[in-house]
Amino acid sequence: MAFDSFQEFVQMGGYGFYVWLSFFLTFLVIAGVALDALIGRRRLQRQSRTLQRRRQRLSKRQQRQSSPVEESKR
Amino acid sequence: MWRWLHPYAKPEATYRLVDKLLPWFAALTAVSLLVGMVWGLAFAPSDYQQGDSYRIIYIHVPSAIFSMGAYFGMAVMGVIALVWQIKTAEWSIPAIAPVGAAMTAIALFTGAIWGKPMWGTWWVWDARLTSELILLFLYVGVMALYYAFDDQRTGAKAAAILAIVGVVNLPIIHYSVEWWNTLHQGATITKFERPSIATSMLWPLLISLLGFMLLTISLVMMRFKNELLRHELHRPWAQRVLGTAEESH
Repeated sequence: MAFDSFQEFVQMGGYGFYVWLSFFLTFLVIAGVALDALIGRRRLQRQSRTLQRRRQRLSKRQQRQSSPVEESKR
Repeated sequence: MWRWLHPYAKPEATYRLVDKLLPWFAALTAVSLLVGMVWGLAFAPSDYQQGDSYRIIYIHVPSAIFSMGAYFGMAVMGVIALVWQIKTAEWSIPAIAPVGAAMTAIALFTGAIWGKPMWGTWWVWDARLTSELILLFLYVGVMALYYAFDDQRTGAKAAAILAIVGVVNLPIIHYSVEWWNTLHQGATITKFERPSIATSMLWPLLISLLGFMLLTISLVMMRFKNELLRHELHRPWAQRVLGTAEESH
């Protein structure tokens, strides 16, 4: 251990502000990049679901158009 | 050997590989960063000249090295994309660039915060600092070019060319402290002689370097997975991965 007490560790020999600021900002940037990737995946999920729904609607409409007899029986 | 790698199956196979590797990289990243940071912050001795302010080195040097490492990786992907027209290599460019830009930003502001107490200024237009700032602009330029075209493949090619041309900046950054009389101190470990740092400070630095390398790779992998899915959204495998596949009826 390079420090005698927790107090000294926080103070960093008078450079506490600079040391902790740089570590905090670094953490912030990294967390931001990671979070952006996670949000990106969520967004892809939403897009995929929308795409799927549209395709289902389309195929239903096509079925109706291709079999009008079945439609009239109902 | 390449015959049976069906071109359409490739992004899926790539996804599976990355997906399998990512948890291991993430776990190793967490362990090595934790060890490197705790060792560097609490157990490494103070510097006889810079006191405890030097502890910023444990994020400054690793982020600076991998801001350049990521750029080199991106340029290699650019060559692969241009020469062999491999789509997954094109898609890796927007996965790497933001991560590299983040590393560059970290290197720049930790340098500024370190510079304030040691040099008495946040910023000077010296060769090392300016060339690293240009690296940030290169990353931003690559991203901007990638998204600037309606046709994404054209954008990818333009971005790849810029990425490759920009490699000329890497040796400039590295040798800037030797070629020009800069305020920035000389190299600490990346030289041919013995590193000019005590072993008790060197070990945590090496572990932090490993941590930042794994971190860069992990973040790129996370983004790359998204890129693969984005381009393959209409394919069943991507829908299965995202859990949005319709039940077969």
